[in-house]
Amino acid sequence: MVEILFYIFAAVAVGGAFRVVFQRNPVGSLLFMVATLASLAGIFVLFEAHFLAAIQIIVYAGAIMVLFLFVIMLLNLGHDYRKDLQFGLGMILAFAVTGGIAGILVRQLGGAGTSAVEQALPGPEAMDQLIQEQGIIGSIARPLFTDYVVAFELTGILLLVALVGAIAIAKRRV
Amino acid sequence: MLAEALILSAILFVIGMLGVLVRRNVIIMFLCIELMLNAVNLSFVALSRFIGIEGQIYVFFVMTVAAAEAAVGLAIIISIFRHYETVDVNNFNLLKW
Amino acid sequence: MISLGFISAGSIQAGGTGGFDPLLPGLILLLPLLGFALNGALALASGRRSADRVRNSIPEEDHATGAVPLTHSLPTWIGPGVLLGAFVLTTINFVRLLGVELTEPVIRSYWSWMPTGTLSVDAAIQLDQLSMIMMMVVTGVGFLIHVFSVGYMKEDPGYPRYFAYLNLFVFFMLVLVAGANFPVMFVGWEGVGLCSYLLIGFWFQDREKADAGKKAFIVNRVGDFGLLMAMFLLFATFGTLDYASIFAAAPDTLLYGGGIVTAITLFLLLGAVGKSAQIPLYVWLPDAMAGPTPVSALIHAATMVTAGVYLVARASVLFALAPVSAAAVATIGALTALFAATIALKQYDIKKVLAYSTVSQLGFMFMGVGVGAYAAGVFHLMTHAFFKALLFLGAGAVIHSMHHALHSTHKDWDAQDMRNMGGLRRFMPITWITMWAATLAIAGIWPFAGFFSKDEIIWYVGTAGAFSGLYVVLWGIALAAAVLTAFYMTRMMIMTFHGPNRTGEPESKHLHEAPLNMTIPLGILAVLSVFGGWVNVPGSVRESFFGGFGILPMSDWLDRWLAPVTQSADAVRASQLGAYADVAPVGGGHVVWGAIATVTAMVVVIVTARYFLSRTIQPAHEAGEPDRGIGKVLYNKWYVDELYDAIIVRPLIGVSRWCWRVIDRVLIDGTVNAVGSVSKGVGWFGSLFQTGQVNTYAFILALSALVVLGAFIF
Repeated sequence: MVEILFYIFAAVAVGGAFRVVFQRNPVGSLLFMVATLASLAGIFVLFEAHFLAAIQIIVYAGAIMVLFLFVIMLLNLGHDYRKDLQFGLGMILAFAVTGGIAGILVRQLGGAGTSAVEQALPGPEAMDQLIQEQGIIGSIARPLFTDYVVAFELTGILLLVALVGAIAIAKRRV
Repeated sequence: MLAEALILSAILFVIGMLGVLVRRNVIIMFLCIELMLNAVNLSFVALSRFIGIEGQIYVFFVMTVAAAEAAVGLAIIISIFRHYETVDVNNFNLLKW
Repeated sequence: MISLGFISAGSIQAGGTGGFDPLLPGLILLLPLLGFALNGALALASGRRSADRVRNSIPEEDHATGAVPLTHSLPTWIGPGVLLGAFVLTTINFVRLLGVELTEPVIRSYWSWMPTGTLSVDAAIQLDQLSMIMMMVVTGVGFLIHVFSVGYMKEDPGYPRYFAYLNLFVFFMLVLVAGANFPVMFVGWEGVGLCSYLLIGFWFQDREKADAGKKAFIVNRVGDFGLLMAMFLLFATFGTLDYASIFAAAPDTLLYGGGIVTAITLFLLLGAVGKSAQIPLYVWLPDAMAGPTPVSALIHAATMVTAGVYLVARASVLFALAPVSAAAVATIGALTALFAATIALKQYDIKKVLAYSTVSQLGFMFMGVGVGAYAAGVFHLMTHAFFKALLFLGAGAVIHSMHHALHSTHKDWDAQDMRNMGGLRRFMPITWITMWAATLAIAGIWPFAGFFSKDEIIWYVGTAGAFSGLYVVLWGIALAAAVLTAFYMTRMMIMTFHGPNRTGEPESKHLHEAPLNMTIPLGILAVLSVFGGWVNVPGSVRESFFGGFGILPMSDWLDRWLAPVTQSADAVRASQLGAYADVAPVGGGHVVWGAIATVTAMVVVIVTARYFLSRTIQPAHEAGEPDRGIGKVLYNKWYVDELYDAIIVRPLIGVSRWCWRVIDRVLIDGTVNAVGSVSKGVGWFGSLFQTGQVNTYAFILALSALVVLGAFIF
């Protein structure tokens, strides 16, 4: 059941990702991106990462994608996309290089090495127990506010800086 | 299922890279970068299932940074658009000596 | 206090020292170095003010008002003071050494200087009879010259700098004579060369004087090359550079007259020829007279230029083993003695006369050490230090006085030209008398010092035995040079001190005797010039009229004193060549030839004096140059400088120009420019990838990632 769901989600994600790249209309690209992100959230759920699945939908598919959409609409880009995606030597080279990288990565990650590594890892039982004891939120929040509290605070500052920077850059007259 | 998830992650990453290479629309290129980030997130989540909770915490941080990056990046795109009246990167060719 | 502790820390090597325990030998060397540091600090402290004065040649007029700055009053005490300390210490050690039988040198090693591989060189000094007598001369004469300098140089704006250099020179000279191995000696050798350069060019704002310093330095490099080669050969042969080990092993290791020892000694000779201003490298010494006169007295008459003689005497064993080299030493010495004496005949600059006289006398010393009479050579070195230092200091006093006189009316005459002098004895009686003592000494008149030392050398040259034909010729040359010496020295004295005064009426009022701190050194040196020769009176002479039938003391003292240093050389010589003959080449013994020499010298002095007194000498600006015959050739110094200019300097400049035009401009500049062009081309090619297109950059990034990944996997 889980495997079947995984393959469905994976197919949707890959297909969506391809359409993101090869959809001329930016709004279309964006909507396929939302589909990809949603299916990724589904895969997160399959991996028992419920909290991340939730913020994937809320933050990514919700907030960030809407931000992109706003910008596209603000710039009114709906009609000026014919020059995009021209097939030619550049496209062939890009396919060759990315195909090469994909081949290497898939060969390495899908080979016997990964299953050997999987055997050596603690396995899902430890995670199940942790989630059993602390709940998914608690199991993330506890280290986040203890071991990683400095990074967490710095992230907060980063968001503040990004906020100020975004306003400063995008303002019409500074 | 780990190997499958990692392969999916790699494929999504490469698709994102392909998008950056072939698209001219700067917003879509940016979107493809988000796609690459998500591909990495997927491998983090998949591995965290077998290793420990830290992977998910990293994903949390990556999402936060991605949000900040999106905000600033889109602001820059708006700023550039105001100047060039286009989002086609072929017109942004000042990045040379 | 640290230095004192450090000095007493030296290790004592046991041996045939006869219980001789030197008192603070390191301090003798360190005191002048301390003086250099203090005076150098003062010279730096006097700083810009002094520098401006030097540059603009303004005398230190504060002396007139009595307000002397501290930087110019302290060196007066520090400079001679450290020398006095060193002299007292040397004397104490010398007196201690007198009472003991020292058959092996006392070596004090302070630290391991170059412990590399098979070569191990210690910073060590060696105290034996030779180095002690050299140190006595250096510190004693050096001290007197320092005292003289106080009077001579005190109005110079560079006064503290002068004493810094002079102290440094004495330090290096002591290192040279006291070093216990060749590298330490070489440090001193180079150090005195450096100080010589600095002091010749002391008045560096004058282009000619700065050039004279450079000439001395560059000509000396030729000699240094020889010394270095000799050191390499010695190390290759003996595996060590310590005097003691080399000289002990030499008679057994080296074949008599063999190629290696001949090569070593010829290279040593090249070094000695450079430093001691012998043919063909003597040309720098006359030019070195550009320095202050006390410097000429100390460096270019009494001490540094005798380093070559010291070197030959020090390496006496090696020279005894190489008869060809020894003959070369003697031949070069004889030729130089005669050649320089002929040039001195026609010089009008008082210091040039003395300079060529020095070259000539150094030739005598070379003859002495060349024929194996090492003690005689060192003996003449010592007496020459006395009377030549005296002559230079006297000349300094004369020049000082002349300078003041000419300066008083701003007359632009040359203060050093003897044709402008004349009749100075009325104004400078002490200088006059003391310089006559030195002149009689150098002329070789009994019982002055030069008689005993010079005639001893001439005697040994005539009786040396080996290459007898050659040595008879050298003997004749030496006699001729001695006669010429008496002639040109008398000429100098008559032109300077006798006859009518030629400075002019208003100027002569300003002629004056030198102050006490200049005349007292003259007096002491005069006493030494008179009596200094009595330390080495040959036995047969001592018993005769010349020795006052036994009144003169210390028969053959110096010969016996230096015997432990030269004994192995003497042994080699005695076994190979036999003893010296008892009679001169044309017959006659010590006493006869002593009488002949002194009578001849006296006759020459008297005849010359009468001749020059009877002549009217024109002042320099009226006289002009001698324009014909041998006189012109001699006046122009046999055109040797011109010859060197034509065969060495000009071709060298030509080659340099060629190197500049072809090698530097075409090859080196071309290579550099080619490298630049290649870089530019590569940069241009690289810039092709820089399209300004983000996609291109991303593509290259991805391609690189692929390459890196591929490299990891395959």
